[in-house]
Amino acid sequence: MIGRIALRRPPISPVVVVLGGLIIFAFVVAMIRYLNGLGATTNLNDNTPWGLWINFDLLCGVALASGAFITASMVYLFGGEQYRPLLRPAILTGFLGYLMVIVALLVDLGHPERIWYLIIFWNPHSVMFEVGWCVMLYTFVLALEFSPLVFERFGMEAPRRLIHALIIPLAIAGATLSTLHQSSLGSLYVILPDQLHKVWHTPLLPLMFWLTAVAVGPAMVIVESIISSRVFRRGLELDLLGGLARVIPFVLAAYIAVKIGDLAGSGELGLLTEWGLESGLFWLEMLGFVLLPLVLFSLPAVRQSSAWLLFSALLVVSGVILSRFAVGLIALGKPEFAASYVPHPLEFAVTIGVVSAGIVAFGLVARYLPLFTEYAASPTAK
Amino acid sequence: MAKVAILFDAFRCTGCRGCQVACKQWNDLPAEVTHNTGSYQNPPRVSADTWLVMEFREVDKGDNELAWAFGRHACMHCLHPACVSACPVGALYKTDEGPVLYHDDRCIGCRYCMLACPFEIPTFQWGAGLFEGAEIKKCTFCIDRLSDGREPACVHTCPSGALMYGERDELIAVAEGRIREHPERYLDHVYGKDEAGGTSLLYISPVAFEDLGMPELGSAPIQEDTEDIMTKATPAVLVGMLVGLGGLYWVVKRRQEMMGKNGGSGRQGDREASS
Repeated sequence: MIGRIALRRPPISPVVVVLGGLIIFAFVVAMIRYLNGLGATTNLNDNTPWGLWINFDLLCGVALASGAFITASMVYLFGGEQYRPLLRPAILTGFLGYLMVIVALLVDLGHPERIWYLIIFWNPHSVMFEVGWCVMLYTFVLALEFSPLVFERFGMEAPRRLIHALIIPLAIAGATLSTLHQSSLGSLYVILPDQLHKVWHTPLLPLMFWLTAVAVGPAMVIVESIISSRVFRRGLELDLLGGLARVIPFVLAAYIAVKIGDLAGSGELGLLTEWGLESGLFWLEMLGFVLLPLVLFSLPAVRQSSAWLLFSALLVVSGVILSRFAVGLIALGKPEFAASYVPHPLEFAVTIGVVSAGIVAFGLVARYLPLFTEYAASPTAK
Repeated sequence: MAKVAILFDAFRCTGCRGCQVACKQWNDLPAEVTHNTGSYQNPPRVSADTWLVMEFREVDKGDNELAWAFGRHACMHCLHPACVSACPVGALYKTDEGPVLYHDDRCIGCRYCMLACPFEIPTFQWGAGLFEGAEIKKCTFCIDRLSDGREPACVHTCPSGALMYGERDELIAVAEGRIREHPERYLDHVYGKDEAGGTSLLYISPVAFEDLGMPELGSAPIQEDTEDIMTKATPAVLVGMLVGLGGLYWVVKRRQEMMGKNGGSGRQGDREASS
């Protein structure tokens, strides 16, 4: 059975006070934006309609929430029962990630009160249509996957059993929706063959976005586990994380193969030898944030050290953030508009506030709901 | 139904900007506070309050003499509009007659149309809050005038005959006739005849279309790849994932049951704790 772990923390720490302040400030900024328009709080303009919020909160947020579907698939579908101790925190990270995406989207949309129009007005040719539906449906799936924590806490046996009975279909739906959603964020930019730099534009963008999301899923579980084990002073499932990390090099290798193969296939490999911002970003991503973590995660010594695991996982996370910004902002648009957008400080304020809210919510769930299950570390773990 | 179009002849254009002003007047668009950018061109690009901007560029005629090139920057009313394909709720739509129009009461404000348009035409009301309701703005082809049997305001006001309104097929013939008649005046190309699958705005010019500010586009519609992804790849992935994952789950479960029967060796030990 699943037991609860008592977490030792003071009731209100200074960190929570700071996070609360950041949340309130972001809320105030959002109100100003609702009253006076996007122009009042952002540097978005007709040349750059999508800025920090879409690129970080949405593109990166969704990618970094992929740990939920990767872990759920491993535990429920691929027979990786041993990874169950990692499952609940991974589901929570994904669920909060998607809720944060929706909150940021509600600030960014011109007509947030009409977001539900996606349900009644259909344009199945639009990638944005798929993105919207996947966000809605997968957030619902995540809510159901998360709900047993609430049911358990309040002793609601009947609904808990219902979710338990549905968990395999839910895991299949979650993996399918995630695959569609992660890839469709890449498809969004396929419609920009003339605006997106040739180094980054390809019809294979959906595959690339999906592969990087699959690679960053385990990396995010590693980051979240190691950080939460320190913050909440609980045991660390080091051998499980090491096992999870073994998957990452294979995915990263596939990503390199697709990236290089795609450019070779379209005869654009030569672009990589022309020095420029776009080709520079390509090399930075490939060498520093794909090849380096690929090598690191392949080393047993790295997989047995929490510090090295954390470092390597953060490399993968950084690489995904870099690639999303490269496609969504840096390599996009006419060169003469390149300098026309730098995020407004208040845009950062909203992003920071939303992330703070996610951290506070994680802390609250960790304290009041059965998030961390008891785990008997095998002798190989420290 | 006949497809309407506008022919813009950059050779005949004098850069008077009468069209730009007529557009503002007819559509009741407010003045914009702008800044001197070192050019006659003003404002620097189309916006929610300016749906048509004449672009002023100086180009080398080849004999060390500079010549004005006047470009017309406004909605091209594509035959296969990327903005319409991109709009998730169908707020932007293509009419049978040609104009690309907008349901302001449907738009959710995602601004994907602005990104998708290869001509960077749709613009957003950045200063409008929730109560005013921010909308996407762009040229409407003067649909209100068209439905009244009149030509668009920009065409109506053009004093030099640089703009011409009519049926698309006829205007293509007119354009090609002018090129044939005066090959010394024009490049041998009608921009918009095939670009991005064809547009309702047709341009002929004495200078490279790039110098008029027009992007170099292929003849395939911009959204060809994404619509393939949406109509072919996505359903295939959807069905493939559901069947594949379901099948995989079944196989893995079978194997584990078999292993359990055989005495539970190997990885079986790991599973005891939680199941």
